[in-house]
Order: sequence, then C-alpha cells, then structure tokens
Amino acid sequence: MMLAPLRATLPPPPPTGDTSLAAPACAHCGLPVPPALRRAASTGPAFCCSGCETAYSIIHACGLDRFYDLRKQAESAPAPAPTTPRDRRYAEFDEPAFLQRYARSLPAGLTSVDLLLENVHCAACVWLVERLPALLPGVIECRLDFRRAVARVTWRPDAVPLARIALLLSRLGYPPHPARGEAAHRARTNEERRMIARLGVAAACASSTMLFALALYAGLFSGIDHATVTLFRWFSLAITLLCLLWPGLVFFRSAITSLRAGVANLDAPIALALLAGGLWSIASTLRGTGEVYFDSLSTLVFLLLMGRFVQRRQQRRAADSVELLFTLTASAARVVSDSGTREVSADALTPGDVVEVRAGESFPADGIVIHGRSAADLSLLTGESRPVEIREGSDAVAGAVNLGSTVLVSVRASGEATRAGRLMKLVEDAAHRRAPIVRTADKAASWFLAGMTLLAGLTFALWLRSGLEPALEHAIAVLVVTCPCALGLATPLAFSVAIGRAARAGAFIKGGDAIQRLASPGRIILDKTGTLTVGRLALARWTGDNDARPLVAAVEACSSHPVAVALVRDLANPAREPLAVTDARQTLGGGIEGRVAGRLVTVGSAAFVRARAAQGSPDLDRAERDALSQGLTPIAIALDGVLVAIAAVGDAIRPDARAALDRLTRAGWRPEILSGDHPVIVAAVAKRLGIPPDRARGGLSPEDKLALVSDAARHGPVVMVGDGVNDAAALAASDVGIAVHGGAEASLAAADAYLSKPGLSPLADLLEGSARTMRIVRTALTLSTLYNLVAGGLAVAGFVSPLVAAFIMPVSSLTALSICLKMRSFGGRP
Amino acid sequence: MSVLYVLVPLAMLIVGAAAWAFVWSARSGQFDDLDTPAVRVITDDD
Repeated sequence: MMLAPLRATLPPPPPTGDTSLAAPACAHCGLPVPPALRRAASTGPAFCCSGCETAYSIIHACGLDRFYDLRKQAESAPAPAPTTPRDRRYAEFDEPAFLQRYARSLPAGLTSVDLLLENVHCAACVWLVERLPALLPGVIECRLDFRRAVARVTWRPDAVPLARIALLLSRLGYPPHPARGEAAHRARTNEERRMIARLGVAAACASSTMLFALALYAGLFSGIDHATVTLFRWFSLAITLLCLLWPGLVFFRSAITSLRAGVANLDAPIALALLAGGLWSIASTLRGTGEVYFDSLSTLVFLLLMGRFVQRRQQRRAADSVELLFTLTASAARVVSDSGTREVSADALTPGDVVEVRAGESFPADGIVIHGRSAADLSLLTGESRPVEIREGSDAVAGAVNLGSTVLVSVRASGEATRAGRLMKLVEDAAHRRAPIVRTADKAASWFLAGMTLLAGLTFALWLRSGLEPALEHAIAVLVVTCPCALGLATPLAFSVAIGRAARAGAFIKGGDAIQRLASPGRIILDKTGTLTVGRLALARWTGDNDARPLVAAVEACSSHPVAVALVRDLANPAREPLAVTDARQTLGGGIEGRVAGRLVTVGSAAFVRARAAQGSPDLDRAERDALSQGLTPIAIALDGVLVAIAAVGDAIRPDARAALDRLTRAGWRPEILSGDHPVIVAAVAKRLGIPPDRARGGLSPEDKLALVSDAARHGPVVMVGDGVNDAAALAASDVGIAVHGGAEASLAAADAYLSKPGLSPLADLLEGSARTMRIVRTALTLSTLYNLVAGGLAVAGFVSPLVAAFIMPVSSLTALSICLKMRSFGGRP
Repeated sequence: MSVLYVLVPLAMLIVGAAAWAFVWSARSGQFDDLDTPAVRVITDDD
C-alpha cells in the first residue's frame, strides 16, 4: 500500500556520490546523513553519527572552526573519516608498563610520547592536531610528522593523564596508537642524518675542486703562472683528501669488509679507482708535474653517495608505510573481572583472563567462548570464506573477527602461544630458509673489477717500452674512463625511481631485488579468499520478484547475522527512509520473519523458508541448485507464505580479477590457486577466472600451503600472492611474496611487496612495471658497456690522455642517468 | 695575481662555514621531516 506511490514518484536508487540531494552532508566528515538523524538539518549542522557530532562540538567550542575552512582549501580531501563512536577509554595508556615502554621522560617533569594517528589526510589535520595544547591544558607541545602520521606529544603527567589526551585525539577523529618500533626508526633517522651530512660535505668538496679544475683547464689554453697552478693544486689536494677521508670513507670501509669476506662488491672497484686516482694525483702534486684528477674524484664520491641516498630514501618510505600498518593492528583487549572491565594490551593477557569481544572486533587471544552466541570470520586465518557459528564452548581463535554480537572469551593462550603466533614463527623460519639471491649488479661488478684491472695492467705492460711515465698515465686513463658509474649509479637509481613510482601507483616494494625477480614471468600462486575475491559476503545474484528487495532489506536489518548484513548492504537504498518492521522473529540457524508494509516477509535458508511457504516457480528451484553448484549460499525469500525469490550470497570475485589475470597470462605468467576454502568453491572461482581445474586446489591448511610453495620454489621461481595469516608462511617461502590490500599483519611482514590499492590490477601493474624497470636497467647497462668498450679501447691504444678521460667519463654516467630518469617504469607519464 | 693568495683562502673559509652549517643542520634533525613544514606554513596563523 505504502510502496506503490513511493515507487511511482522516486527515481531508481541513485548512483553513489549523487546522494547529496537526497541527504544533507555531515558537517564534520561530509558523508550523507542517514534519514534517522536528519531532523537536525533544518536547525543547524547535521551529523552522520554521534562521533562526528562530538568532534564538531569540541572543535567549535574551542574556536577552531578554521579547521573546516582549511579543509575546504585542500583539494579533494576526503578528510576527516567519520569518527566511530567507540567507548574506548584508553585506560591502558596510563599503565606504568605502557609509559615505560613508549614514553620518554624529559627534564622539568615533562614526558613525551610518539603516537600514530589514524585518518591524517591534509594540512587541516596538521593544524588541528598541533592545536592540542590549546584544547587541553597540561599538553605542552604536539608536533605531527605529516608523512608518517606520527605525532610527538609532550605533556605534564601531573596535570593531565595520557589517557585523556588519547581520548581527545580519538574524539577529534584521530584514534591514536602507540608508535611501535621507534628505536629502530631512530637508528634509521640517525643513519640518514649522517648520510645527508656526508652528502653535503661531498657536494661542497666537489663544487670547490671543480672551480679549481676549471681555472686550471682554462689556464692550459690562456696561460697561467706556475705559482698559481701549484697553489690551486695544493688547495684541490687538501679538499679532495677531506672528501676521500670523510664522505668517501664509506666506500673504502665497505670494500675492505667485502674483500675480507672473499667477494668483491660494487664498492671494491670504486674504492680502487678512488685510491689509484688519489695516489696518482697526490704524487703529481708533490712532484709538480703530471695530471691531477681531484675534481673527478670528489664528483665521483658525490654522485655515488647521491645515488645511494636516493635509493635508501625510497626504500625507507616503503618500509615506513608497512611498519605503520603494523602499529595500526596493535590491539587492546577488555578484561572483565569482578571490579568491572579494564583495557590492557593484547600481549599482556594471561590464561584464565576473561575478555569481552564486541561485534566487529577481532579476538585478542585463543580461548573458549563462555558466554554469548555469534559468528566468527576466520577468513584471514584459514581462508574459509563462510562465517563460522560460535556459542558457549566453541573455540575462539586470535585474529578471527567477531561478526555477530558481544561474546565473553576465557583466554587459553595469548601472544606467541596462539595459533596465529605459531604461524608467525613458521613465517620467520621460512624467511630464513629462503636462498640468498645473487645480485646481478654485484656479480657484474666483480667481473668488471677483474676486467678493468686486467685491462689497466695490460695497458701498463704495453706502454712500458715507451717509459714508466706514459705507461702509468695510459693505465690510469683506462681506469678512469672505464669507471663503472653506470653500474654504481644507474642500477640503484633505476630501482629507486621505480620503487618511488610504484608506491604512487599503489605498490610498496621493500627492495630492488624483488623488482629483479618479478621481471621474468614464471609461476604465480594466488590465494583465493581476500585475494581473488573480496573476502566478505555479498549478494551475487537475485532471481525472482524485484519488488521484494526493499522488504528483505528491512527485515534483515533486524539481524546481525553476516548474511543479513550483506543483504542489507546490497539491497537497501541508503537515501530512503528504512521501512518499519513489526513482529520480527529470528530463528538461529534458520532465518528471520517479520511484517513490513502489511506483508509477511520470510527470509532464510531454503529449508527454513520452504517449511513455511508454498512452492514458487521452477525457475527458483533451478536458481537454488545453480547457487549450490557454484559454491554460493542460496537464501530463500517468501512473501505472505509464497516463495518469490532466491538470493545467492557468496564471497564475490573482485571485479578486476579476470582482466588482471588475463594480463598476467598474456605476459607469460602461469596463475594457480591455493586456498584454504572448500574445494567446490575454489573450483567454481577457478572456472569463472579461466584457470584450469588442475591448477586450483582447495581445502589446504597453512602448513600445506607452505609445503606446496617451498616445493614449487625448489623447481623454479615462484611468486606468491596472498592476504591472510594462513598465507604468511607461504609468502615468506616463495621467491617473491606479494600481500594484497587489506591483508593481515603477518602477511605484510612476510611479503616483499604490498599492494596499497584494492583489487588485482595493481598486481598486474606491479609485474608489468618490474619488467619495464629491468628493461631500462639493461638498456642503461648496455649503453655504458658499449661506451666503456669504445673509450677503453681508445685508452689502451693511447689515444686518450687522463685529462680527456676525466672529461668524457661523465658522459657515460649522464647517459645512464637520463635513461633511468626519463623512461617510464610504473604508472603514467614520468 | 697575488690577491688570489688572500681571496682563495677566504673563499675556502666561506665554503667551510657553509659546509659546517649544513652538517650541523643535518645532525640536529632539520632534514628529518620534509613534508610537514610545507603544509604547516600554509596554516600558520599566529
């Protein structure tokens, strides 16, 4: 009755993003305001949730409305995310153990702590967070590192507890987490500071010696008096010595270490060239005749340091992002005791503790459910896509997500003793067993060193007949002209440029060697749940009466069962007022029944509904059988006691999976599926994606996956793609492990690359980009080898004086550099 | 060209001072975070 006019006047569900007309935007986060909260719209700002309202009122009451102006300036800023109203009290932030672990005492009774904040997006966030001292007396200073989203808070512990600071940050929409791994971060920062200092000194030395060299070269043509030449040479000598002994010392140290270990690395030829050039130039200066190469030496040191610095910085960016994701997963647990509930960190739980786990939270430890009924999502842990029912007496596993309602769990094992913890141990072992790869550049460098020394020695012997001096001069020209700059600079530079561009395109790569191994196609093993599929239940197909959709959404909104949640999400129209439901009755393990708009709606498993409703059309029977054979769960819908529709619910395949896999196959990769899910479901997914059935296996435990991948890795290169704790060991055992967006902490730790965008097309981009990067590296290496052959040949023949050699040496470096910088590796235009 | 004997060491002194200043600023952490100051300057109103 009510529905008919609604359908006549209202347009079909508007596409996402077009809801602004129907729903006013939240004054804090900009999301559409749900109908139930809309009455405030006429009187003032409207909010999508009470969390946003709290944040807005705090900001408004403190006169910080400029935050919203600043946010408008930031182009297309999605910030801030809607603040979820959680009654987190952050009590564990005030425990002595927490403060001792994360906070530092400063003089004058101050304490400082590093907190990682969620939802830091734009300049307005920096502004708001750094106004913390104005919001809360007792906070002395708050500085936010924008890129890492880490805020350093300095406060007076006797004036305000840390828990209150954390609570305020959370209310503002920036839930804080203690920043883990800060000691390692500080060590890296110190190392980076030393690198920058060395770089600056090398730059000053290089530019100064270059100026002297310019004057000396000019003097060759226009005349220069001997005293000035001597003066300039001595100055250059002093500066170059400084350059070699301070910034250049890293090369000598590294070369000596590698020679002691019996393998020549890239630094060995560099150190040799620096040593030979330096000694010869010093000798020339002392004798007052002969060539000097001070400018080439300092420039060489500067350029090489620059290449290393750029590469290191890019790799650190990737490492930082992954590390921050770890911190986000650090969880607190609520321990229930006679004196009430208190929050502790999940590591501090002991067997026998009773913890409360609410809907949407993950279990902090292994244990047994002692109160409540719910469903758990084990997909990250086992790869199983269907939720598992839990009740009193069921096992709860750390890392599983509680989907239904609040349950109490008696802790049996926590931390490393949990099943997830034992899996992490497997990951570490697998990572240790991985065969060390021989880096091509290092291998090439050893050959280069041998070749260069041999060539220089040969030149010396050839020219010895003409006297000692020309022999030495030509030998040094050979050494200088064949300086392996392309190797030393081009390869790391190409990798770091690629890593940087990949990060922007949605893939964090932990090191250059991963690019190298991803460049040549081979076997690629994919996990199913969460990798090829979205990893959560969704409506896959609807057969039957479409008019029943809003009614089903209304009835299912009364249930928190995962299937109901999926149906509400996919069937309800967020812009419309939800329909009222009366007499809703839920039968556990069956379905739900209720009255909507005057009609009796029954939704549930086929058996449950068929027992209550008359047979529908044969189409519906076929739809039910089809759903079962495709690994989907059929949900039956009856209106007023007649079966009218079948909704097939399942874990949907990612929309871009087929296209991405086709791209991989075209590039020569061989995709395979290893999954922990039921073999029927795995086979159905493989069929839809065009993967032959013999290359898709289901029902595997994490240990099985590890065994299969390690076995495959013995026969050739294997790339593993996965998202869950159950994939982590296999990721570590493969040649290159790739964790997909939304993956578990364990998979991030084990993987060599991490996709920061959802879907599988970033995976295809990553593999194609790696192949392009290696082509660029090979082009640069080929060109500079050609150059070295020609120039080296001329030098051996005596056509190149050391002066000319020093002059044309940068040409090869520049060629290699421009190739690496200009060519397209990842993403769009360079 | 005897003026060079004064000017060149003087120039070296200046370069030395600049290099020292750079090393000092690097060691005191002024290059640690290159992103936040860029956004902080837009919003500084006091």
